[in-house]
Amino acid sequence: MGSTPSHETPQWRTALRAAFPHTIPVLTGYMFLGIAYGVLMNAKGYGPLWSVLMSAIAFGGSMQFVAISLLTVAFDPVQAFLLSCMVNARHLFYGLSMLEKYRGLGKARIPLIYILSDETFSLVSTVEPPENVDRRQFYLSISLLDYFYWVGGTALGGFLGDFISFDTTGLDFALTAPFVVLFLEQWKKKENRPAGAIGIGATVLCLLLFGADNLVIPAMAVIVAILLGGRKKLCT
Amino acid sequence: MYLTPLQTLAMILAVALGTQLTRWLPFLLFPEGKAVPKTVTYLGKLLPAAAMGLLVVYCLRNVSLTAAPHGIPEAAAILAVVLLHRWKGNVLLSIAGGTALYMVLVQAVFVGM
Repeated sequence: MGSTPSHETPQWRTALRAAFPHTIPVLTGYMFLGIAYGVLMNAKGYGPLWSVLMSAIAFGGSMQFVAISLLTVAFDPVQAFLLSCMVNARHLFYGLSMLEKYRGLGKARIPLIYILSDETFSLVSTVEPPENVDRRQFYLSISLLDYFYWVGGTALGGFLGDFISFDTTGLDFALTAPFVVLFLEQWKKKENRPAGAIGIGATVLCLLLFGADNLVIPAMAVIVAILLGGRKKLCT
Repeated sequence: MYLTPLQTLAMILAVALGTQLTRWLPFLLFPEGKAVPKTVTYLGKLLPAAAMGLLVVYCLRNVSLTAAPHGIPEAAAILAVVLLHRWKGNVLLSIAGGTALYMVLVQAVFVGM
């Protein structure tokens, strides 16, 4: 990453130490969900090797759960790619929000952007590095810690899946709950509330108009249109 | 396993490609050194809250209000998440509590619906 390792090591330790406490909620959440993912994959006949590969390469959170069903029907990678684009379209929002914060970070931007998940985004967009900590190392520490929690949880679930078997019906709510929590976290800030309400209202509208299978893209378009149209009122 | 190892690998890469495209596109459209339009900065501030609203509805998109159990398990579980989170503010507790309640509801209470 840096120029001389001997000079960098203590700094990295400071950055990791500063970053770790912020990631504890993600550690618990990712472990829980990662294990659930590993167990579910195992239940469909895809052992730890495959679930870990998917988590490590695709690192797509909710899309990985969606992809489980795609792995149990006829081989169709084009559909998987298109669905992945649609399910993950929300990342476009995250990227736009992180343009400023990730400015001037050089090559570190490659891993930072590659593993910019929902939870990592929610952390790096709210937390500022302490004064004595390098910005690049701080954001990398948060991002990499989160990444390893998810991959580690997946491995654990994949291996545990051989020894434990239980009725997983309803476990998929573990996918919905994090977003409810993240929504509540955004809701805490008063200036975010109109946007949060617009997000829910526009998506419900598009669900009614376009149906469950085609709602993401129209909902994003409606949200952006309303935010732009109400700019004078929402800009406080 | 339903697919061959090679097919599974291709599926992993397809999922990764779609995900990465959505993660990189904003940074490719507005490269460093180029001033970001004010409108984009404004959207960047408000979109996270709107995106979470979108995601909550998206996760619930297949819930039917007209057919039994009329979305009651989902509503109860979400209420549990909200109350737990207001009470303790612990992310894991909120997620685990809501999910556990939901699993009990769909496995033991609203059976066969």
